[in-house]
Amino acid sequence: MEKTLRETIREISRKHLTENNGILMGQCLSAVGWVDNTVPDCAGTVELPMTDVAGAGIATGTAITGRRPIFVIRFQDFIFLNSSFFINYAAKAKYLFGKGVPVFIRLLAKEGKGTGPVHSGVLHSIFMHMPGFKVCAPMTPGEYEEAWKVFMENDEPMLVSEHRGSFGQKEELANIIIPDADITIYAISMARFSVLEAVKSLEKEGIKCNVIHLFWLKPLALSEQMMDPLRQSQLGLVVDPDFEIAGASQSVAYELMTRTGFSVRALGAEDRSVGTAENQENTTPKPDKIVKVIKELVRQKYEKKSINYHW
Amino acid sequence: METKANRANLKNLGDIPGLSDSLSPEKRLEIFRKMCLVRSFEKEVIKAYDAGSIKCPIYLSIGQEAVSAAVSAFFPSDLIFAQHRCHSVYLAFGGDQGKLIDELLGRESGCSRGRGGSPGLQDEKIGMIGHHGLIGENVPLAVGAALGDKSKKVACFFGDGAAEEDYVFTSMGFAVTHKLPVFFVCEDNNLAVLTEKAERRSWDLVAAAKAIGLPAVDISDDPWLISYHVKQLASNLPAFINCRTSRHHWHTGTGVDSAPEWDRLEIVKEQFLAAGLGKEIEEIENQTKESADQLWRKHLEKQ
Repeated sequence: MEKTLRETIREISRKHLTENNGILMGQCLSAVGWVDNTVPDCAGTVELPMTDVAGAGIATGTAITGRRPIFVIRFQDFIFLNSSFFINYAAKAKYLFGKGVPVFIRLLAKEGKGTGPVHSGVLHSIFMHMPGFKVCAPMTPGEYEEAWKVFMENDEPMLVSEHRGSFGQKEELANIIIPDADITIYAISMARFSVLEAVKSLEKEGIKCNVIHLFWLKPLALSEQMMDPLRQSQLGLVVDPDFEIAGASQSVAYELMTRTGFSVRALGAEDRSVGTAENQENTTPKPDKIVKVIKELVRQKYEKKSINYHW
Repeated sequence: METKANRANLKNLGDIPGLSDSLSPEKRLEIFRKMCLVRSFEKEVIKAYDAGSIKCPIYLSIGQEAVSAAVSAFFPSDLIFAQHRCHSVYLAFGGDQGKLIDELLGRESGCSRGRGGSPGLQDEKIGMIGHHGLIGENVPLAVGAALGDKSKKVACFFGDGAAEEDYVFTSMGFAVTHKLPVFFVCEDNNLAVLTEKAERRSWDLVAAAKAIGLPAVDISDDPWLISYHVKQLASNLPAFINCRTSRHHWHTGTGVDSAPEWDRLEIVKEQFLAAGLGKEIEEIENQTKESADQLWRKHLEKQ
């Protein structure tokens, strides 16, 4: 039986703790289901006090001694408290002192169900902005295993943007490339699932979409194979759950436009705070919104109109 | 209330009469030599900085030499974490002097390849971990390192300003909870840049440390007193000593505002003279001055 992403994370962690002299740290690890059942119940896990800033510093300190800590942040919004040690020490140490300080930072997202203003964000983009990190958003077991392998083979900190909505995922996600597509969609994190739903609806309306799954965000490995579909469709869209403004979606869209010369748009979370009520959420772009945006983009493409940048 | 005007009294804080006699003359002279090494080295730093040879900001330890000299004499450390004012720690624990000169001169041959500068010194041979320049972050890093490898003894130096960073106390508390082998040392010069402690906080650092279960003492920077307490506390880590000391120069650079509250090096010299060791200390002072002068000359000539 195939493993879920949840089981994959837990087993990678267990192996690290039991066979590699690894260490795993975080707050409330054992409470409420071992962080969505992704943390193993074995020696090597360290319950940190509820001190976000110091906790990140202590984890970074263990990395100095070669323990390659897995640091668990249960909600991505907490990273603002944690991040100084990662940004200012772990990510700069190799350049400054010639020796890397590898921390595997598990940054978990959750959204909907009233998660509200400081528990519902997806915030990987700020780490793409900072030198010294690898940043990825694995959504499948195979991608997570690849992320871990790269982490273990390098000595840089890695920001792993996870989403609880994908923890039950078993199957790998293949790119969709079809002849004469109208648009090429580049999808990140949880948006990969909403894009796949949107594409099915669009197909029924006669709009053909390529879908390229982006798992590595930094370094952003855009191969020719990933850009050729855009050259063919001559129109692109990057969809990401993080904030659109100055976020991964805009950054990747710019990179794609620069490298191919074709128009690529960005769609991410809106530029507003989040409330707990259902109608105040600001989540991963939902399929209906993606459908609406793509229909408008495709219409403009064939009418050769200038593209409106405000949804 | 502690102010710059009245804190000269603190040079005797925690005094135990006759303590110097409990150490052998050789040990006392070893500590004195470390103090002179830092003083002589930094006098050359001042010359090089004022001549424009050093182009990065510098953080001088002059006046605070006794703290790391005494701690290093009695707490052989596997890992050393310090912060920006770290020349004294680096030199007292045996860091490579030539590499420090090159670091201050911004050279690839420096101890941090010219990338860390005065506040970012490292030397793997002595276990000194480089600092990036954010005060107090060295404390949770030191605690984490002790958690990562409990077989290693860790020395962690920070200042009275850094102690106010919110992550410092919680990290010290974590060290208590997990019984980690960290010796915390605060070089308490009363100043955060130029803002005095009384303007910054009402609480007492040592009382707060004791409240979280950390064995702690509040003492002057008398090297014999520090030595005594290090020996007492080192067998039951984690532990903390707060050393009242006097920074002679500006926070950064070579400037001086007024006469220091005290000069521990001069006080110690008087003690040696009274003990009939004048000849020995004169020899040490001359040797360290000459050695620093020659080494700096040699490295500056490479420019």
